[in-house]
Amino acid sequence: MKCLVGHDSERSYVNQNNKQPRINQSTTTLLVLLFLAGILGQACVGTTPPVEPEPPVAPPTSTTDPPRRPPSPPPIPVEPAPPVIPEDEFSARTLEEINRDAPLEPIFFQYDSSELDEAARQIIENNVDVLRSNPTWIITVEGHCDQRGTPEYNLALGERRALSVQDHLVSLGLNAARVRTVSYGKEFPFDPADTDEAHASNRRAHFVVTER
Amino acid sequence: MRLLIRPLTVLCSALPVTIWLAATTLTLEGQPQSSLRQRSELDLVIGDRIGARPRFAVPNCLALTSDTKTEEAAATIASVLWADLEFEREFLMIARDTASTIPVARTLTDIPFDAWRELGADGVVSCSVSRVSEDELRVQAHLFNMRTLEAPFGVEYSGSLRNVRLYAHQLADEIHRHQTGLTGIARTHLSFVSDRDSESYLGLVPDRQTKEVYMADYDGANVRRITTQRTLNVTPNLSPAGRAVAYTSYRSNFPDVVVSHIYEGRLETPAGGTDRIHNWLPSYSPDGTQLAFNSNRDGNIEIYIVNVDGTGTRRLTNHPGIDTSPTWSPLGHQIAFTSDRSGSPQVYVVDVDGTGLRRITFESYCDRPTWSPAPYNEIAYASRTGPGFDIKVVDLATNEVRQLTFGQGSNESPSYSPNGRHLAFSSSRGNGDKQIYLIGRDGRGLKRLTNNGNNEMPSWSR
Repeated sequence: MKCLVGHDSERSYVNQNNKQPRINQSTTTLLVLLFLAGILGQACVGTTPPVEPEPPVAPPTSTTDPPRRPPSPPPIPVEPAPPVIPEDEFSARTLEEINRDAPLEPIFFQYDSSELDEAARQIIENNVDVLRSNPTWIITVEGHCDQRGTPEYNLALGERRALSVQDHLVSLGLNAARVRTVSYGKEFPFDPADTDEAHASNRRAHFVVTER
Repeated sequence: MRLLIRPLTVLCSALPVTIWLAATTLTLEGQPQSSLRQRSELDLVIGDRIGARPRFAVPNCLALTSDTKTEEAAATIASVLWADLEFEREFLMIARDTASTIPVARTLTDIPFDAWRELGADGVVSCSVSRVSEDELRVQAHLFNMRTLEAPFGVEYSGSLRNVRLYAHQLADEIHRHQTGLTGIARTHLSFVSDRDSESYLGLVPDRQTKEVYMADYDGANVRRITTQRTLNVTPNLSPAGRAVAYTSYRSNFPDVVVSHIYEGRLETPAGGTDRIHNWLPSYSPDGTQLAFNSNRDGNIEIYIVNVDGTGTRRLTNHPGIDTSPTWSPLGHQIAFTSDRSGSPQVYVVDVDGTGLRRITFESYCDRPTWSPAPYNEIAYASRTGPGFDIKVVDLATNEVRQLTFGQGSNESPSYSPNGRHLAFSSSRGNGDKQIYLIGRDGRGLKRLTNNGNNEMPSWSR
């Protein structure tokens, strides 16, 4: 650092006159590089700027080297960064939230049957994959029936449907301790209308995450 | 509430009918007859028992004390008594408004007999009510025979003001017992499921509503809520003595058999349910010491039996199909149940030791059998007859099937009255709501019991 002598105006004059070409070039280069940085959007560690002064130029049409410039001030945030959910936040979701996202698909049955058809088996396999990705989840398989049939027999048919699904889950390798069953018979229809579509939608095994 | 019964006079031992109430005879002059006169049963039983039913009348009850409560009690007792007698259809009841022309008696024995005979009455119930203290009533009643102008039956009750209807019910039961030997049902109760006070069912799946267990007098009065746990409660079974109700409850988020001791505020779970062991559809044995029920505890749906204290669980059925909905035979030696082992739900009967299995129904879909009490030996069930169900009854001696309902709505969940002469069932006839109806075992005398919310799964007992 140079030792400057003299009163302020002299000093400033001295500074002005003795301004290091280096500094002058730095300022110009800084402006250029800020301009480039603004266009290229790249942040880089500041390095020694070139010695020759450069007038502001249009940005190069292609660059292979990242522009070298001192770090730019951080941009003022306009909106929050897109959420990246780490492990901790995911398990902090409540059971209500998890179930609202319906991570596990229900399966459907033929009338008066607890047999699993090919589509049902496929859905159960998909559900097993989801359960493997969430190894702490414990689920309850609810067995439901359509509105035809007596309420009493349907309590048993719903249980039979839930057990059928549970057996298949376990046969795919899922730990039996992770699966509970419950039958609601025809007490909680998903669609109480008296149409074939409604009946078909009620003959189902519904998966609920009951512990996380 | 207990009623104190005091005999008016004690009759001599020549009386052939077993009686724990006293019969008295009063002539038109109100003088007691000599107790030495031989009395035959024909004098005591009113009407010509061969042929038409005797015609009975229940005029307005006499209010002997002139305050509002007594007058209300008098009016209630007369109308409830008339309805109780009319329900059993043993007597032809003369309409109460027909009798409005007949002058009201001013004393218990000052009956305008000629006017009643003109209306064709064979028997007239004369009843008086008086208030003996702040909350005590005294009710006196005579049943007069219009042919002899004597009263073969008389009784006096004293007790609380709290349940006035009970006096009429007891009187009706005693008149039936005295005149026909019949065990009446006027003091019996039904438990049932209703959504009338439904709330949202707390759980992880939205838009579900609770159902609760209620109890009512057999005529629909005095409805009381039994369950309070804000959950799904279904399939109640009232104990033979009427002091407990077993039902299926989801209060722990899985179905378990819960027994509620109604007058003690106590709950029990004799079947020992857990989140893995589910129990449902309990059924009391006729002596009230055991419960049959459904369970999945062995990996399949079977019927088990347990003592009411929770000991001695044993398995009754053993088939990979669904075995469900047990009901006990009148003496408790057999159990009827539903099984789909043949491919569709049908009614089967098995001895309580698990042997002697035989199939009873051969129709499209039969469920929810209920075995009559003695002296009948028949099983009522819900049978699919179209899109819905109808109530049918199979006589176990003759294998004859008779149908009680005929396609009005879907008719399900039948339950016999304790004397076997009536059934309660739930029906969606009308506007599609489920309501509880009563019907005679002969298919006549249909009567609607409920009208608030949806009501189903009746269980009829004391």
